[in-house]
Amino acid sequence: MWEYSDKVKEHFLNPRNAGDMEDANAVGEVGSMACGDALKLCLKVDEEGKIADASFQTFGCASAIASASALTEMLKGKTVKEAEKITNQDIADYLGGLPKEKMHCSVLGRQALEQALANYKGEPVKEQEGEIVCECFGVTDLEIERAIRENNLSTVEEVTNYTKAGGGCENCHDTIRNIIATVRAEEKPAVKPRLSNIKKIKMIEETLEREIRPSLKHDGGDIELIDVIGNRVLVSPRRACATCRASQQTLKHLVEAKLREFVSPELVVEEVSS
Amino acid sequence: MKTIYLDNNATTQVAPEVLDAMLPYLREQYGNPSSAYSFGGQVARKIRKAREQVAALIGAMPEEIIFTSCGSESDSSAVRSALATETGRRHIVTSRVEHPAIKALCSHLSNKGYLVTEIPVDGKGVLDMERYRESLTPDTAIASIMWANNETGVIFPVEEAARMAKERGILFHSDAVQITGKMPYDMSKSSIDMLSVSGHKLHAPKGIGILYVRKGTKFSPFLIGGHQEKGRRGGTENTASIIGLGKACELALRNMDTENREVKSLRDRLESELLKRIPNSHVNGDISNRLPNTSNISFESIEGESILLMMDELGICASSGSACTSGSLQPSHVLRAMGVPFTMAHGSVRFSLSIYNNEEEIDFVIDKMPPIIEKLRALSPYWKPDGKACASGE
Repeated sequence: MWEYSDKVKEHFLNPRNAGDMEDANAVGEVGSMACGDALKLCLKVDEEGKIADASFQTFGCASAIASASALTEMLKGKTVKEAEKITNQDIADYLGGLPKEKMHCSVLGRQALEQALANYKGEPVKEQEGEIVCECFGVTDLEIERAIRENNLSTVEEVTNYTKAGGGCENCHDTIRNIIATVRAEEKPAVKPRLSNIKKIKMIEETLEREIRPSLKHDGGDIELIDVIGNRVLVSPRRACATCRASQQTLKHLVEAKLREFVSPELVVEEVSS
Repeated sequence: MKTIYLDNNATTQVAPEVLDAMLPYLREQYGNPSSAYSFGGQVARKIRKAREQVAALIGAMPEEIIFTSCGSESDSSAVRSALATETGRRHIVTSRVEHPAIKALCSHLSNKGYLVTEIPVDGKGVLDMERYRESLTPDTAIASIMWANNETGVIFPVEEAARMAKERGILFHSDAVQITGKMPYDMSKSSIDMLSVSGHKLHAPKGIGILYVRKGTKFSPFLIGGHQEKGRRGGTENTASIIGLGKACELALRNMDTENREVKSLRDRLESELLKRIPNSHVNGDISNRLPNTSNISFESIEGESILLMMDELGICASSGSACTSGSLQPSHVLRAMGVPFTMAHGSVRFSLSIYNNEEEIDFVIDKMPPIIEKLRALSPYWKPDGKACASGE
């Protein structure tokens, strides 16, 4: 059973603004029966560009219904300009959070809103942009890239939670992994000031703690930072890692890769006995 | 709020008689049945009796019963034993609608290099026996076909399937978790070599199961350890639960008739009334060959998790084959294998009854379901008020 917040339950059991709207001048329809959830969002925008009324119809689970109900409440009284700024995270926050596997319900809300606003401005219905990556749920590379950027996603599982991509046959997992890597790589250079030695050591220690030790500890292992000389990072395997035959692989593929990703691409990890 | 429990294919209430039988062995009679002194020996005697009670329910010999921790362990033990004893054979035949205990095991083995053939079912969930027969080859180590499907209740012709396997010298296993205690069968007249049963589906506690292994069948243990279960399953016996399962089997034998008359009649009334009162609702599965307690109904144009949560508000417990309840993003593999359209698959609800349900409860559910479905349909963009679902959804 899903752990829903009280607000999600309340909006599910007493949905606000449910139903169709005959005189809507902004309509967005997203999702499909095959995907398991669909949302039709209707807005009435007045002459001053303010959203006078909003309604929704949802096919989907409790959190999809609650997300749509919440969205209509958030929209009423806002100007089109203000509405444009609403993100899926705003919808989730309004509801006191959603289970991570259900974040795609809030994304559905944002997508419907975008379509409705485009419809209001008289923009043509957007052809699906980009190339389909996930055949099961019809998700494109551009949608995946956007979800990664906006929500700072780093794993395939997270991408699935937000976009559904990869939640079916799983054939596209490698492609999603590549998209994550590409997006991450783009974002790196902008935030890479020159590192002082002190800063570098601190970041290495933080990365070890955050990214590496949890998975080593999961297998009963650990790692100790011995020294940093220029770009040489000297480490010593501990506990299960000290006797593990795969520890060389781990050093290269996990430790070095993570340190290069989060600290500096020039780092080289070396094993020393202490 | 009173709980109305209609999810007995998921788990069942421990029968009060079962709990009473167990309690002394959780309190004062805590001896180890393997010990030399009588404080342990008396527990061993109770386990012997439990083994006889289990054997009596399924028409087996007591020595053909191995106590395990659950149905999944029994399933894994059976399939892995066959692969270990049938050296050189690397093919497994199973169905497309198995419980994850077999389905996930087979996909794991397939990744390890074994060849797995999954036999399809038709729109009513009936197994394609022609395909099954063709799939049996000299390389087949084991065929494993469930006796009754947990989601639809559809019963498979496992005796016929077992005979076909036997004629070709292939081991046959059946996951009998759902059928045991609900319908009678007799292993002494059967061709099935191995069979899995789970205690908590027949009013024994969770954490106890059995694997039946026909006398003379080669067996390679899954859990290796002490001499318990004649070395076929190591580990100190779950004494209280074994004794509880024995009692549950004795009760099941006695209640089988009630199950097939009274429970079936409650199920039939629930089903026919819901179909009558709720438009665009359909039963999934072959209604002519089904467990007496199970009804799987699809309500068009709405989603199952929403239905379950609204039922939960009234204390009614059931299951759904919708994507959202499974934690995956796709509806149940059973309904998909049957080709149930998405308009239906997402909105399926499985009701599974037991001898502890009564007429009053069923009346309550019959009364409460139509407004729930109506409310959700009013929210759905696919539901048209004239009573016709929007076809574009498919």
